[in-house]
Amino acid sequence: MHLHTEKLIGELQDAARQIRLDTLDMVYRRQAGHPGGSFSAADILAALYFHHLKIDPDNPGWAERDRFILSKGHAAAALYAALARRGYFPVADLEKWGHLDGHLQGHPDRIKTPGVEMSSGFLGHGLSIAVGMALAQRLGGPRYHVYALMSDGCMQSGVAWEGALTAAKYKTTELTVIMDYNDVQLDGAAHEIMPLEPIVDKWKAFGFAVLEINGHNMRQILDALDMALEIHSKPTVILAHTTKGKGVSFMENTAAWHGAVPNPEQYAKARAELLGGA
Amino acid sequence: MAEVPQRQAYGAALAEYGERNPDVVVLDADVSSSTLTKLFADRYPTRFFNLGVTEASMVDVGVGLALGGKIPFVNTFAALLTLRACEQIRTCVAYARANVKLVGGYSGLSDYKDGPTHFAVNDVALMRSMPNMAVIAPADNIEAARMVAAVAEYDGPVYMRISRAAVPDVFGPDHQVQIGKGITLRTGRDVTIVGSGSMMGRCVQAANQLVAEGIDVRLLNIHTLKPLDVDLLQQAAEETGALVTAEDHSVIGGLGGAVAEALGRTRPAALEYVGLQDTFAGTGLDTESLMDAWGLSVADIVDAARRAMARKR
Repeated sequence: MHLHTEKLIGELQDAARQIRLDTLDMVYRRQAGHPGGSFSAADILAALYFHHLKIDPDNPGWAERDRFILSKGHAAAALYAALARRGYFPVADLEKWGHLDGHLQGHPDRIKTPGVEMSSGFLGHGLSIAVGMALAQRLGGPRYHVYALMSDGCMQSGVAWEGALTAAKYKTTELTVIMDYNDVQLDGAAHEIMPLEPIVDKWKAFGFAVLEINGHNMRQILDALDMALEIHSKPTVILAHTTKGKGVSFMENTAAWHGAVPNPEQYAKARAELLGGA
Repeated sequence: MAEVPQRQAYGAALAEYGERNPDVVVLDADVSSSTLTKLFADRYPTRFFNLGVTEASMVDVGVGLALGGKIPFVNTFAALLTLRACEQIRTCVAYARANVKLVGGYSGLSDYKDGPTHFAVNDVALMRSMPNMAVIAPADNIEAARMVAAVAEYDGPVYMRISRAAVPDVFGPDHQVQIGKGITLRTGRDVTIVGSGSMMGRCVQAANQLVAEGIDVRLLNIHTLKPLDVDLLQQAAEETGALVTAEDHSVIGGLGGAVAEALGRTRPAALEYVGLQDTFAGTGLDTESLMDAWGLSVADIVDAARRAMARKR
C-alpha cells in the first residue's frame, strides 16, 4: 500500500470539486441530466482518473490501460467532466453535451466519446461486462485491471447478481467493483423502494471480499483501491457509503435531485457551495 | 435428410474453427450438451465458459470478452437468448457495437417435443430490428459449418439461428458463403421461391414439384436476413413478378417481412408468406410432422406459389 501524501489528497479533492462544478454547469446549461448521482460519484471518479487508473489520455486505445466501466451511466456528466479534465477531449466539448453536433450523448457511448470504455445507461450491466473483460486477459494478451462503478439501483437488477455469481465462480481478482451506495434512487430512498440490506452479507455470500469506506473520504478511497489490488483470493467490492447530491446542501439525500435541473437561484447557490466547500 | 442434426454440424465446425482462430471463445448457459458447443468445450476447456442459467449476464460477459479482444460465440436456445437477454443484446451488443456472435440453437419449431415455450418463432424479428446486427439462418449443415468462419471473421455483432433437427441437405461440399449475399439455386421466370434456414430443403422440394408441372421457378436462398441482398430480390421481383417466402418463424418480422419491406419501396410484386401465421404453434411428435401441421409443408409452399402467380398483373 502506498502512503498518500496530503498534497495528493488535496489535488484529488480539487479534481472532485472541478468534476462537480463541471457537472452542475453541464446540467444547468443543457437543462437536463442527473446531478444527484453524479455528485455522489465525484470523489471516486477523481481518485480513479486523476491518480489510480493506469491510463494514457493521449492513447485511449493503449492495450494495457486499466478499464473503467460506469455502470450507473446516468452519472455521465461526472464521467465526461473527468475525461475532459484529464485530457481525453477538449473541456469545451462539455458545452456540447447532448447537442446534435457533439459527441457526448445523454448516457455514455463508447463509439462516440474517447475514453468511454463501455456504453451504459440502463442499470446493472457493468459488473458482468467487467467480468468478461477480466476473463479476456486470462487467455493471453495485455494485462490490466478492471473497475466497475455500480449504483444501488444497479444492484437491484438481477443481471448484476448473475454477474456476481460469475465473478465468484472464476475468482476474477482482476476486477474491483465499486458500489456507490447513496441509498437514494429516482423514486425515493433505496431502502424503501427495494431494500438491499444486509448488503455486506449479500456481497460476502456471493463470494466477494468487502471493503467498506466513506466514499467521500479521499484517503479511504485511495487506500481501498490499493488494498483491492492485494486481494488475490476472490473478487473485491469497495462498498462506498456516499451521499446523493454530495456538496450541495439542498440536493443532498433528496430523490427529487436524481434527475432535476436547478433554477437560476439554485444554480448560483449550488455553485457558491461547491466553490466554498472543501 | 442430413445424417446429423444441424446443431451437430455447427458444434463440430465451431470446434474445428477454434483450432484455426485462437481468439474464439465460447459461452453457454447450461445447454452445451444440447447446442453441442460441448464439442468446443471438450477441446478447449480454458476458452469455454459455462455460465449456468444466467442468460442476460452471459451476453454481458460476452461483451466484456469482445472488448478484451476475443471473439465470443454466445450460445443458448434461440428463444432464451433473444428474449431473456434482449435488452443486453440491444444496449450492450448492438448499440455498443460489440463484436459478439450470438448463436441461438433450437430455432423455429425444431425442439418439437418441448413445445411453444422452447420454440423460437420471433427471434429473427427481434434481432433484425436491432441496428448494427447481422442476422443469419443457414439452410443446411454445410452452410452452418461455412458460416462459423464467416461469422467469426465478420466485423461486428451477428445473430445466427441453428436448428436442433436434421435438416435436408441443400448444398454440396464446395458450398461457399458470403454474409449479405443471397444464392440463386435456380433461375426462372414464372415465380420466385425465397427460402431461408431449415425451410430451404422444403423450398427445393416445392420448386421441383412446380418445375415438374412446367412452371419455371426461380429459387433463392437467403441465408443472411440482414443485411438483406436487396438487389437479388428486386431482380427476382422484376423478372418473375411473384414471390413466396418460406421460413421456420412467424410471418411477422422475419424473412417475409424483410422481403416485403425491401420490395415495397421499389419493385412491388405479388407476395405470399409461408411461415407461422401469428401463432405459438404446439408440441409435436417430430419436427417434420410438426412443421407440416403448422403451415410449413411443401404443399403450403406450392399452394402459395400458385396464389402468387395468379395475382401477377
